[in-house]
Amino acid sequence: MLAKSRARIGVALILLFFSIAAVWAETDPTWNQASSLFKQASFDKTREAADLLAASSDPQAPLALKALLEGQLYQHKQNDSLAVLADGNSLDASTGQALSALNKDDYRKIPINNTLRKYLRSKLGGLSLSSSDPKVRLASTIGLLETVTPEQLPQLQDLLSKETDSQVKDALYLAIQLASLNSSDKASKLSALNALEGNLNPIVRNKLTILSSDADSEIAKAAQTTLRSIENKVALNGQLETLFFGLSLGSVLVLAAIGLAITFGVMGVINMAHGELIMLGAYTTYFIQKLMPNYLDYSLFLAIPAAFVVSGLMGILIERSVIRHLYGRPLETLLATFGISLILQQLVRTVVSPQNVPVSNPSWMSGSLEINSVLSLTYNRLYILAFSLLVFAILYFVLRNTNLGLQVRAVSQNRAMARAMGVRSARVDALTFGLGSGIAGVAGVALSQLTNVGPNLGQSYIIDSFMVVVFGGVGNLWGTLVAGLSLGVINKFLEPWAGAVLAKILVLVFIILFIQKRPRGLFPQKGRAAGD
Amino acid sequence: MLLNKRLKQSLLTLGLSFTMIGSAYAADDTIKVGVLHSLSGTMAISETTLKDTMLMLIDEQNKKGGVLGKKLEAVVVDPASNWPLFAEKARDLIEKDKVAVTFGCWTSVSRKSVLPVFEEKNSLLFYPVQYEGEESSKNVFYTGAAPNQQAIPAVDYLMKDLEVKRWVLAGTDYVYPRTTNKILEAYLKAKGVDEKDIMINYTPFGHSDWQSIVADIKKFGSEGKKTAVVSTINGDANVPFYKELGNQGITAETIPVVAFSVGEEELSGIDTKPLVGHLAAWNYFMSVDTTANKEFITKWHEFIKSDKRVTNDPMEAHYLGFNLWVKAVEKAGTTETDKVEQAMIGLEFPNLTGGTAKVLPNHHLTKPVLIGEIQENGQFEVVSKTPEIAGDAWSDFLPDSKPLVADWTGKETDGKPCGNYNTETKKCSGQKYE
Repeated sequence: MLAKSRARIGVALILLFFSIAAVWAETDPTWNQASSLFKQASFDKTREAADLLAASSDPQAPLALKALLEGQLYQHKQNDSLAVLADGNSLDASTGQALSALNKDDYRKIPINNTLRKYLRSKLGGLSLSSSDPKVRLASTIGLLETVTPEQLPQLQDLLSKETDSQVKDALYLAIQLASLNSSDKASKLSALNALEGNLNPIVRNKLTILSSDADSEIAKAAQTTLRSIENKVALNGQLETLFFGLSLGSVLVLAAIGLAITFGVMGVINMAHGELIMLGAYTTYFIQKLMPNYLDYSLFLAIPAAFVVSGLMGILIERSVIRHLYGRPLETLLATFGISLILQQLVRTVVSPQNVPVSNPSWMSGSLEINSVLSLTYNRLYILAFSLLVFAILYFVLRNTNLGLQVRAVSQNRAMARAMGVRSARVDALTFGLGSGIAGVAGVALSQLTNVGPNLGQSYIIDSFMVVVFGGVGNLWGTLVAGLSLGVINKFLEPWAGAVLAKILVLVFIILFIQKRPRGLFPQKGRAAGD
Repeated sequence: MLLNKRLKQSLLTLGLSFTMIGSAYAADDTIKVGVLHSLSGTMAISETTLKDTMLMLIDEQNKKGGVLGKKLEAVVVDPASNWPLFAEKARDLIEKDKVAVTFGCWTSVSRKSVLPVFEEKNSLLFYPVQYEGEESSKNVFYTGAAPNQQAIPAVDYLMKDLEVKRWVLAGTDYVYPRTTNKILEAYLKAKGVDEKDIMINYTPFGHSDWQSIVADIKKFGSEGKKTAVVSTINGDANVPFYKELGNQGITAETIPVVAFSVGEEELSGIDTKPLVGHLAAWNYFMSVDTTANKEFITKWHEFIKSDKRVTNDPMEAHYLGFNLWVKAVEKAGTTETDKVEQAMIGLEFPNLTGGTAKVLPNHHLTKPVLIGEIQENGQFEVVSKTPEIAGDAWSDFLPDSKPLVADWTGKETDGKPCGNYNTETKKCSGQKYE
């Protein structure tokens, strides 16, 4: 009993000691001034307070600035003390002591805006140029580039001589050149201009644009030459970028159309519900992600086979229940499948939600592969381009080199003869339709990474899919690949000068004219397979 | 015995409920309020919330004793996102249900579609959404923002606080973005922005391949001058747009995007990570810390029975519009259109962000403009707030509408109330009512 109360007194004493320590720390003038500045709740005052903290030697100051940048710095509504409130742990900003049992409602978040965020980043950049983590060093050097001054030259040169990481070295070198450009010394300006030849960093380009109308004609001329060399390089990269955009748009078209190339191209079924089979694939991705919220990065690998199965089974169901009875009656097939597409859409609206559902990108699909400062290829597009080629290759292999493929081709070329040879054409029809539908589902997984997943997803791709298949030549997988990719590229090269709306119209007009000239598309089927 | 008691009890209840129904039917002493919002079709996502807001407001007013000693009765119809159907349903509301006032519409097309009906039947409509301006009807009160209450202050903020020098005006290809961008372009040029520092881009509804446009914006923004995107992109095309911005490495710090159609409702249910730090301009944010707003949110959560639901700008517009109408009816002592319309002008009601909304002679309201940064939780952090700005029906930055004024008191229009009085030719023209 006695021991317990003694322990209590001990705890109380320790607590008292800490609160005294906290009060004592509060009286440090920097923190006091900063908190009274923060209290005025204006962005200018917040900036002044940040300046104060950045100038202070207190080891807690950079942490407080970082918290401010991340929106975790709070101020007590009554006693003005500053606190860092992150998820789970809360600290007093000035002492670094853990705060327990606090009420978040007593605190007011210190608001910051974009200007301030940028300013803080550059402030923190100055503080962490000598950090031990090369990534931090790189980020802070890059943050410095825009505002670098000649006064920083000695410090930068010193850092460069010590630097070991090649990327940071490049950035520091660039910073030094930019600092020299800002200096008043003509010789160092000229040598920096020379050194910057071919550099693609936009900050360099802007600096050069300003310098190319410099009062000193020699500098202006040197700047113009350097600028021209850079502009040429930029233009070339721009063309490469457009080509990539075109291929990536094309790959989406190929993915959406390739399932249709089988059902429409090989089997001759006009399947208006194709878009909804894509949509089902996208929804499958959503449900898989919901089932495994902690493994988002791997969810897609599970979603691909799942979507194939879901859409494939749905395809077989549609074939067995409806399309089977309508072979050879294209108009009725068209109407029936259009009805199915409406039913599927409404089903999703009723069962899931009429609103779009959020599908998140796994982390390995976000961001971009930076080739240089003007050319970067986004990862999601790169992966989808590769994925569509892979799907194409697999499908091609299946149709060429497997028993099923042989039977599919036999039935599509001459149903009666194939049956006479012992092929069970009904089973082949169902499997072929299932295969095409399953591929549509897989396309849905890819599309869920690019666009909104909602009940209308399919509608926006059905027209494009038919366009690609018809343009490529019905019944030819190669045609679909070439048609999809080339339509994508044409679209993207038209877009910069025609605008997104007009570019699409122009592509449609082009296809209409093309079909007039060559009604069987790019790769027409020849011989007996052509039918009539 | 027990059975008998039960039977008696239920008979009693039945009788009671009959009398109640009877009294509800007999009540010619209710005032009918029309609610004309799509509950199905593409606009249902946004408009259903407004229908619920109206039901909540009416319910609350009835608890306070109704208006003029009579209970209010909501008449809800569903125009199903179908513009011609809006006009039919509006006619039904006025002719068959004899509503005293209607609250409704979202898109500008739907408003334009019902406008002739309200003018012909001389009934009142309260329209709660930000719109492109260039209109003032005697029968409509515009409780949402006119362009000078959203677009222009947002541009001012970017120009002054973020020192933006180059502008990308990106929008969906239809009337609201086109008119707004026309006004903004004229405004920017009047402020001395060079033609080549403005880039205008339109995309179709539901556009999803943003690669080239974002790359163009990136290129446009890397030319040394601070660049911002003013976005009137509508609906779900926003999600792939912001995703592409994030993937191509454009952050809110390098090129901020200020949107006029992205609010709390649109952000709920999408992955907000790529949007954090980008801006939106509205007259109300759910995150505004005032007692009035807190009360409103609590009431909303109670009414809708979910504390996950957000509030947004058009909801505040209905809140203001409804309360002002109640005040006007009490002032006029009747629900007669002409008298209420005149009583409305000049009325004031506290808004939810700590200011006051005043009804102007041109049937618009005074509204503060708030600029907010999108947070990870789908809410907005207010970074700038203007005092109340008077809504301008006819933009001063378009040559055709510059000389036009609207004044339904007739003070500025030669004594005759008019919605489009030309101060140069001294004539009132165009609309049916003079």
